[in-house]
Amino acid sequence: MGQTVRFLLNGQVVEARGVDPTRTLLEHLRGELRRTGTKEGCAEGDCGSCTVLVGELNDEGTAAWRAVNSCIQFVPMLDGKAVITVEGLAGDTLHPVQAAMVEHHGSQCGFCTPGIVMSLYGRAVAAKGADAPVNEVLAGNLCRCTGYGPIIAAAEAIPAEAAPDVAAALAPLRRDEALSLAYEDPIAGQARRWMAPRNVEELAAAYANHPDAVIVAGATDIGLWVTKQRRPLETLIDIGRVEDLKRIEAVDGGLRIGAGVRYVDAVDSLAALYPDLGKMMRRLGSTQVRNSGTIGGNIANGSPIGDMPPALIAAGATLVLRRGDERRELPLEAFFIDYGKQDRAPGEFVEAVIVPPPGPDLLFKVFKLSKRFDQDISAICGAFAIEIRDEVVASARIAFGGMAGTPRRATACEAALVGRLWNPTTIKTAVEALAGDFTPLSDARASAAYRALTAGNMLRKAYIESARPDLETRVPEAAHG
Amino acid sequence: MADASSMAEPVVFQGVHASLPHDSALRHVSGAAIYVDDLPEPADLLHVHLGMSKRAHARIVSMDLTAVRASPGVVAVLTAADIPGENDVSPVIHDDRLFADGEVVCVGQSLFAVAATSIAAARAAAAKAVVEYEDLPAAISIGQARAADLKIEASQRMARGDAAAALAASPRRLQGTMAIGGQDHFYLEGQVALATPREGGDVHVWSSTQHPSEVQHLIARVLAVPHTAVTVEVRRMGGGFGGKETQASLFAAAASLVAVRTGRPAKCRPDRDEDMIMTGKRHDFEVAYDVGFDDEGRLTGLSLELASRCGSTTDLSPAINDRAMFHADNCYFLPAVEILSHRFRTHTVSNTAFRGFGGPQGMAAIERVMDAVAQATGLDPLEVRLRNLYGGEGRNLTPYQQTVEDNVAPQLLAELAASCDYQARLAAIDAYNARSPVLKKGLALTPVKFGISFTTTHLNQAGALIHLYADGSILLNHGGTEMGQGLFVKVAQIVAEAFQVPVDRVKVTSTVTDKVPNTSATAASSGTDLNGMAALNAANAIKARLVEFAARKWGCAEDEVVFAPEGVRAGATLVSFAELCRQAHMGRVSLSSTGYYATPKIHYDRATHTGRPFYYFAYGAACSEVVVDTLTGEMKVTRADILHDAGRSLNPAIDLGQIEGGFVQGMGWLTTEELVFGADGRLLTHAPSTYKIPTCGDRPDVMNIRLWEPGRNVEATVHRSKAVGEPPLMLALSVLSAINRAVASATHHKVFPNLDAPATPERILMAVEDVKRRAAELGA
Repeated sequence: MGQTVRFLLNGQVVEARGVDPTRTLLEHLRGELRRTGTKEGCAEGDCGSCTVLVGELNDEGTAAWRAVNSCIQFVPMLDGKAVITVEGLAGDTLHPVQAAMVEHHGSQCGFCTPGIVMSLYGRAVAAKGADAPVNEVLAGNLCRCTGYGPIIAAAEAIPAEAAPDVAAALAPLRRDEALSLAYEDPIAGQARRWMAPRNVEELAAAYANHPDAVIVAGATDIGLWVTKQRRPLETLIDIGRVEDLKRIEAVDGGLRIGAGVRYVDAVDSLAALYPDLGKMMRRLGSTQVRNSGTIGGNIANGSPIGDMPPALIAAGATLVLRRGDERRELPLEAFFIDYGKQDRAPGEFVEAVIVPPPGPDLLFKVFKLSKRFDQDISAICGAFAIEIRDEVVASARIAFGGMAGTPRRATACEAALVGRLWNPTTIKTAVEALAGDFTPLSDARASAAYRALTAGNMLRKAYIESARPDLETRVPEAAHG
Repeated sequence: MADASSMAEPVVFQGVHASLPHDSALRHVSGAAIYVDDLPEPADLLHVHLGMSKRAHARIVSMDLTAVRASPGVVAVLTAADIPGENDVSPVIHDDRLFADGEVVCVGQSLFAVAATSIAAARAAAAKAVVEYEDLPAAISIGQARAADLKIEASQRMARGDAAAALAASPRRLQGTMAIGGQDHFYLEGQVALATPREGGDVHVWSSTQHPSEVQHLIARVLAVPHTAVTVEVRRMGGGFGGKETQASLFAAAASLVAVRTGRPAKCRPDRDEDMIMTGKRHDFEVAYDVGFDDEGRLTGLSLELASRCGSTTDLSPAINDRAMFHADNCYFLPAVEILSHRFRTHTVSNTAFRGFGGPQGMAAIERVMDAVAQATGLDPLEVRLRNLYGGEGRNLTPYQQTVEDNVAPQLLAELAASCDYQARLAAIDAYNARSPVLKKGLALTPVKFGISFTTTHLNQAGALIHLYADGSILLNHGGTEMGQGLFVKVAQIVAEAFQVPVDRVKVTSTVTDKVPNTSATAASSGTDLNGMAALNAANAIKARLVEFAARKWGCAEDEVVFAPEGVRAGATLVSFAELCRQAHMGRVSLSSTGYYATPKIHYDRATHTGRPFYYFAYGAACSEVVVDTLTGEMKVTRADILHDAGRSLNPAIDLGQIEGGFVQGMGWLTTEELVFGADGRLLTHAPSTYKIPTCGDRPDVMNIRLWEPGRNVEATVHRSKAVGEPPLMLALSVLSAINRAVASATHHKVFPNLDAPATPERILMAVEDVKRRAAELGA
């Protein structure tokens, strides 16, 4: 029946024997382990009530800690890692994070509080420590009672502290072989299998053998297949152990980002190349989501509303696909064939995305539009990479998410720009051309009319921002913290 | 006999008016606060899942549950036929089925219950039900219900004076409409109940409910047993906001029925999506106004039509819509007024109580009227509001004939306008807007006057139970429930103050129907007013016995017995409180008492919509500044200043928490929180991925919140405090007004925007486009 998942919970080794590989950490904590301080608010990674800290050893042999939503982490993903829950903070007295929350009246109903405490604890022990903006740290923790002011006040009073040292405790949990689990689901009446290859060769082999397997990276989407769609998955391949996929390499002034690189680990590098992309990424999901989710996953799942594809398409990114030992590269936009359909053969997986550097004359803008500013899926995300030389548009790559069944370029709009003067007349023509590029839909996030109108307005705004840098053109982001 | 320990150190006494932390603050932050789903699960626990209707309105032709029963782990499947008593879980009108019987009236309606050994097994089983429907005509929107003339009760009319004549004679007149969206409660802890069978067919139920008595009574009715057979207990809720007043009964009754039928404990906890699909929400409204006014912006007549989507059953909709009418005046004297209220029945989930209980929608309507009159007269909106406030000879009568006797709105507005620098900021914003083509700012200052009391008069009563133990510890129980609002610490402070003991001497205990019976819901902001006074009465009853005993024992007059922080003085004798309790017990004095309170002065005649429904009014005012993006519709509230009257606050920290939380929740209602129903009646926004409550970054960066220092309740409420649960939510109407004003500035206030709520980026952008179009048509 495969192996036993072992992890460190609040300093103690716990073993999960015969566990359903798609059982979530939250269910396991609250059920088998009876740690009920961690709460379920939504089971989809959107409310943060289930936030816990996960520590894993990095290359230097020290533990790096991340706040994650335990409701969409599968138990095997924790194998060999350390977990801290709200029960693990207080000793004889309250931890400073907890004491600050009490002092500032940061809890009312108390249900979101353990998650908020853990997010703030994560901030205190993170590399950036207490310098990380409070809003960025808490965007993934919903509170319905307080209005957040007392929580922000508490957060601002909490000093940074050293991260717990679990290196020695984690050492005995190291595996010599890849984790492999098998499980019989008595309700669905089917077998379930979990594999966690440790290098890209093992991954390529495993996926070639099981081309129907679901590849799991951060589980910020696949988690919902289980908790929301209740899909009984058969074979899952966890790429979280594949170190080769977690690298970011500098290539020709740009970046080669492995498919397993989490947002949190890529945002600074990408922001250095494309500041507007960095701004957008800090609004993508939440700290918990960015601490788990990967850029490769955001691309590979083929969603029409993923935020990374339009930005990366505009930037001219190339996708590296691999099957067995074979690799091929294609422009990112070519990967998205149709809704739910990507250019990916059975057994082929996304290995990396290559992001070129911006040219000297490039205007690069990303606009993410959603009902709520933070932690909301875009109604529409537009990215504009426009080279302007001597006031003439030399090239234009414009891509949108939320405007079609796939992330797609606005080719008519691009054509209306290239070779023309970068001025209001050209913009007007290009906005008209853009109307022919897409036939957006209406849904719960936005109407077709709004999508069509704002797509054009995004181009207008890109122009205004380049022509009138003195003007304020974006609503201010939250400044607290 | 002096107690040395209590005399050794100076005592810093903290009773009422102290900013003590929430009673469970330490447990909240350490994960030790127990919610229903955290309770240890009995070994033979069954998990209950409710099968749901997939149709908005249909006849159930057949329901084949064979495969459900045969599914792995299933122990019982129960339908309407298995109910021993009445198939009803409604609060008033007996029209909410526990399980559908022949017909479904909304998507998500409960059809049957599956009890299984795990929730996953129960859900998987329920999916195997084969239900054949025959669709019937369905009304999803207010417009469809209006066209089909579907109502939950007759339309109501509240009027004073001759509005039609006044309008006809008005120097100026304008009309407008506005749509106001609903709101999901989004309590972080969803609905949940855990029922345990007891001997003789009795059942004990842990329920996350604001109304344990009603849950008890409805379970008893479903099971056909007396109320005494059912005990409902609530230690705390992870948020309520009105959503656990009537909505908890369905889940509690299902769990209880399973427990009694199977003899095993049963838990019913819908997940977030099921919760949002199955439970009622704030009513959405459509408003039409016809207002007469003069050139100075003073209203002369108003005809107001309020239409709401009540959903498929009655629930509390009559009272909610009444309260919309009660608050359609807000702080303003309406010389001649007619308010018509239509309560439309739709084939959507039955809408229910939500913080403000209809008041916010009525208030939104009159605030929009104020803005429209300001735009028409060219006056500043704050000036128009000030000119129309209650006050002065013959200007204090509400549309329902209650005289406003405690009006502090003029002082509040003046103080806030000064402290937030309203006039200077208005000028600065005009200057900014003149030079900023993309971003536009708006500023608005709006008041709140909210009536305190259940408008159903008999609900204004409460009971409490206090035990003093011989060691001087105090057990406090009352009918109010703790949902985060700080009720428990406030009532404990009241009791601690009465006995002059530290508040940690007072143990607040679960609300449970076998300690205090026949309680009202913890709702209508009344929790502290009612239960605090009942507890005080209980404390005073025991105190009177202790005084009589101490005077007798230590030989002094009764008025020489004084409870003080350092102990109890009886003439020249000082004893510790604990010693007094011990002595009183030895002296055979009862140390336990109930307390009871019924709000005085109130009465109401619903037939004529006249009377004094409210004991008093709570007041507040807020000034909000926003910036909108005229290319995308994005909006940010950048600053809010709030001045709120909590009377003589029992606990300023708790009250400030209610004010800020209420404001931000109201801001969510009016901005990002959008409920979207499909044409087939399915709710499309049923999880936080699609339904967006405010997050940390939505809170204004600058937020100045103050309690109004001179605040004292003119009525004899407990320590002259005022209710504070609901009123602050409506402070957020300043945000909607400010957005509307920012939109209007896109065309220099030439035309008045018709911005509906919630003002999502899409609505804001479309309103900008609309004013541009209309201004162009005017030949601007």
